[in-house]
Amino acid sequence: MSVRLENASLKALSTALAAREVSAVELATLFLDRIERLNPSFNAFITLDRDKTLDQAARMDARRAAGETGPLLGIPLAHKDIFCTEGWLTTCGSKMLSNFVSPYDATVVARLKAAGMVTLGKLNMDEFAMGSSNETSHFGPVRNPWDTNRVPGGSSGGSAAAVAARLAPVVTGTDTGGSIRQPASLCGLTGLKPTYGLCSRYGMIAFASSLDQAGPMAKSAEDCAWLLSAMAGFDERDSTSLAHPAEDYARDLDQPLAGLRIGLPREFFGPGMDDDVRVAVEAALAQYRALGATTVNISLPNSGLSVPAYYVIAPAEASSNLSRFDGVRYGHRAAEYADLVDMYSKTRAEGFGAEVKRRILIGTYVLSHGYYDAYYLKAQKIRRLIASDFTEAFKVCDLIASPASPSVAFRFGEKSADPVQMYLSDIYTISTNLAGLPGMSLPCGFGQANLPNPMPVGLQLIGPWFGEAKMLNAAHQYQLATDWHTRAPEGVL
Amino acid sequence: MTWEVVIGLETHTQLQTQSKIFSGAATAFGAAPNAQACAVDIALPGVLPVLNREAVVCAIRFGLAVDAQIASRSIFARKNYFYPDLPKGYQISQFEIPVVSGGGITIRVGESEKFVRLTRAHLEEDAGKSLHEDFHGKTGIDLNRAGTPLLEIVSEPDMSSATEAVAYARALHGLVTWIGICDGNMQEGSFRCDANVSVRRPGAPLGTRREIKNLNSFRFLEQAINYEIQWQINEIEEGRAIRQATVLFDPDTGETRAMRSKEDAQDYRYFPDPDLLPLEIKAGWIDEVKAGLPELPAAMQQRFVKDYGLSAYDAVTLTATRDTARYFEDAVTGAGKVNAKLCANWVMGEIAARLNKADLEIAAAPVSAAQLAGVILRIADNTLSNKIARDVFDALWNGEGRDADVVIETKGLKQITDTGAIEKIIDEILAANQKSVEEFRAGKEKAFNALVGQAMKATKGKANPQQVNELLRARLAG
Amino acid sequence: MSLSLEEVGRIARLARIELSPAQAESTRDQLNGILGFIEQLQAVNTDGIQPMSHAVDVVQRLRPDTVTESDRREDFHQVAPETEAGLYLVPRVIE
Repeated sequence: MSVRLENASLKALSTALAAREVSAVELATLFLDRIERLNPSFNAFITLDRDKTLDQAARMDARRAAGETGPLLGIPLAHKDIFCTEGWLTTCGSKMLSNFVSPYDATVVARLKAAGMVTLGKLNMDEFAMGSSNETSHFGPVRNPWDTNRVPGGSSGGSAAAVAARLAPVVTGTDTGGSIRQPASLCGLTGLKPTYGLCSRYGMIAFASSLDQAGPMAKSAEDCAWLLSAMAGFDERDSTSLAHPAEDYARDLDQPLAGLRIGLPREFFGPGMDDDVRVAVEAALAQYRALGATTVNISLPNSGLSVPAYYVIAPAEASSNLSRFDGVRYGHRAAEYADLVDMYSKTRAEGFGAEVKRRILIGTYVLSHGYYDAYYLKAQKIRRLIASDFTEAFKVCDLIASPASPSVAFRFGEKSADPVQMYLSDIYTISTNLAGLPGMSLPCGFGQANLPNPMPVGLQLIGPWFGEAKMLNAAHQYQLATDWHTRAPEGVL
Repeated sequence: MTWEVVIGLETHTQLQTQSKIFSGAATAFGAAPNAQACAVDIALPGVLPVLNREAVVCAIRFGLAVDAQIASRSIFARKNYFYPDLPKGYQISQFEIPVVSGGGITIRVGESEKFVRLTRAHLEEDAGKSLHEDFHGKTGIDLNRAGTPLLEIVSEPDMSSATEAVAYARALHGLVTWIGICDGNMQEGSFRCDANVSVRRPGAPLGTRREIKNLNSFRFLEQAINYEIQWQINEIEEGRAIRQATVLFDPDTGETRAMRSKEDAQDYRYFPDPDLLPLEIKAGWIDEVKAGLPELPAAMQQRFVKDYGLSAYDAVTLTATRDTARYFEDAVTGAGKVNAKLCANWVMGEIAARLNKADLEIAAAPVSAAQLAGVILRIADNTLSNKIARDVFDALWNGEGRDADVVIETKGLKQITDTGAIEKIIDEILAANQKSVEEFRAGKEKAFNALVGQAMKATKGKANPQQVNELLRARLAG
Repeated sequence: MSLSLEEVGRIARLARIELSPAQAESTRDQLNGILGFIEQLQAVNTDGIQPMSHAVDVVQRLRPDTVTESDRREDFHQVAPETEAGLYLVPRVIE
């Protein structure tokens, strides 16, 4: 092996496993040892079970010994703790579920198991995926491996930090308003939120059902393509799962980009973006032009409304989705209470953190009698306007590019005092969820270059429905021409 | 001063599906607690609903049966409230656009008919059950029923008495069982009514209504509404205003009382369920369901009146259930259309009484429709008197013989219709009962009946009574 | 639109989340900040626009009416706070 296994691509790991240069058990052991050593600095993993992992790895080696092959057979990964994993604690970053051992596997988890992947553990996240900095986790914040004084982004912050610190080759994440793309951007990774309905939501603890999507996070577009091919697929247990034929998302990676039209929304390049982000993104666009793509100016006139519309729709759905956490059938129950209503109210007051409570209350309010039309219905109408903007835009371009986040990773506490400021960190990502479109982030340089710890900047690519293969092709070609995605934080390798 | 009563009913009918409305758990009644509550039913984190096609078919059948609109696109909504038997903290129901709207059913009270309009019928999931027996002062929750498919049928406030409300509930019960969407078992809660009751002075605007929840028998429905009407009238007459409330009926006291758990003004925060996409019902699907519908009771009643010359009352009685109607029609098939009225009388009379006594459903009647037809044919051709026919029927009921003719033959029950034989018996009777003859001649009609009785007794009831009558009168006159 | 303490209390009761008086005040201020931010939606003309409830424009897929789930009560009750005789236990419910 020319590269170290902890920094290897899935393709390299797959080849090494197939050639019996390494076993699944050895690979799992290598990563578990790294996690043991490095995780205390980052708090990316919140649940580990060495025996279970090694047992699973041994079974994958046995499957291979029995003649089974498969690109992912024996490769380890870790799951965001929003995915139900049978026999593992599944907490969703909340005290509410801090004792919940899931009796079943999410469909995504089951698919990856079937593909032969080995679970290293469960990854920290913002509580119930509500946050953009991983500061709302009941299990403490995740630290950005590029600068441990800074946030990794959220809500898939544990996922991002795990890959950035090379504690897992690939991980799963989920994205409701930017929760894969923003942490990928802040941690220098490639992460993809697929078209709504591509990956099953069954077993993925719901935040906002009409927006949530699972997706891969990895070092490269190629790795994302490999993982997505195994994650995606129709699921009869999810009514919103699309009956879309299975795809090999790596099939178009090597296509040249000549003739690719990249749309640049005027609204995503205006004020509100930090200069260092702008410089890196502009340079990436120049690189794309050098690769044969053309850039066209487009407009998404209603995109400015996406954050406020999202903060009506997502809390509304969340307020209802989180009603099941009532202390009756699983999870936390208050120790003392006077009666049933008191049991509910104390259980939920104790079990949920501040941000989750805030969103439940906002959601309850916007759905309540007399306010539904003014807030919820209005936001749903605006959602249609936002989605229609994209339909228009894709008439003149193949992909849309923008920054993934208006700034590089910020410091702990910098935005946590003001919810609205925090919400605005997802200003470029949220409209994609509202429209159900695929979006991804890929590393395109570093900001704050004058500081001791330069921080990664992410370029966002947005595609039309089912545009994943095209996006991954565009990202892969860029990554063949650049080396941003190969950089690792100091000290982890 | 008179009062006008306004009643509307909301009926929860459990649909006859194998699996639940949004999960693959079984719906069978009577399983061990929580043994039929799957991950979706107990609302584990991450689970999702998927709609059962058969539940939609049931809704379409109902919509067609009441001549309602079936929405080409309807929406599932979440009704949010906290209750321990509601695992998700919301019930999946339909709010703005239900699957069925409009339509109605005709009810009959005494000799008069009334058309009760339906507002809507929507699909929703049932909740679990709270068991209040003492578990150290706690309540036990069984979620087996959670997720059972329901069709909630909402009527317009078109009923003006408890009697009408019961007639509506019975007609609806008959219909949903007729079209096979509900087993109609009220003890097991398959058919439950909520009654919205208000009173007003004639011509005055609608009064404030109170909703009586969960009435699971026609008797309770009637008692509860009557109690509620009187209670509301008393309140108003004593100068107190009615406040909108949800009340429970206590069968032990016969009274209604406001529910404590519903004291808070509810705000259900309905919104479209993001987990469930719009339900599309294309015209072709409706046609397909229509083709599989049985003849409906209303149509069948009209046919019975027209083809068999039955009264409207008989037609309604005979179409109370599909099995009753089927039994009747099978009997007519065997006995011939000319004997339809006789068949009707037997089904509504002897058969109904026997079934009632034996606590049997008509489908389980020991005498088949074909056997009954055999009895009726022998009545029609004078082989049997009505009285002896009952004996034959008895024998068949007890399994003593394959058909009427066999019973008649083996028991020698054939009616005596030979004039000579009857005359001979009459002469003997007259000779032995001179006193009665004299009394009759003195004008006592009663004495005649006594003589008929003697003649029938002498023939063990086998003589044709009409012939006995005629011949006796002729002899006495002679 | 701005929430009063009473309204915050009403919402918290609907959501079954206990708030102490001090929490209610800070919650009110935070919620009003968010509502102020959301308020900008009101300025948009949405006449004639169909509300969008789902990210994709497809219709409900239907499941065949077959029983696919078996009894897993024992597994499920292992994670439950309180059970007895196969039932979940809760503080006494008064109807």
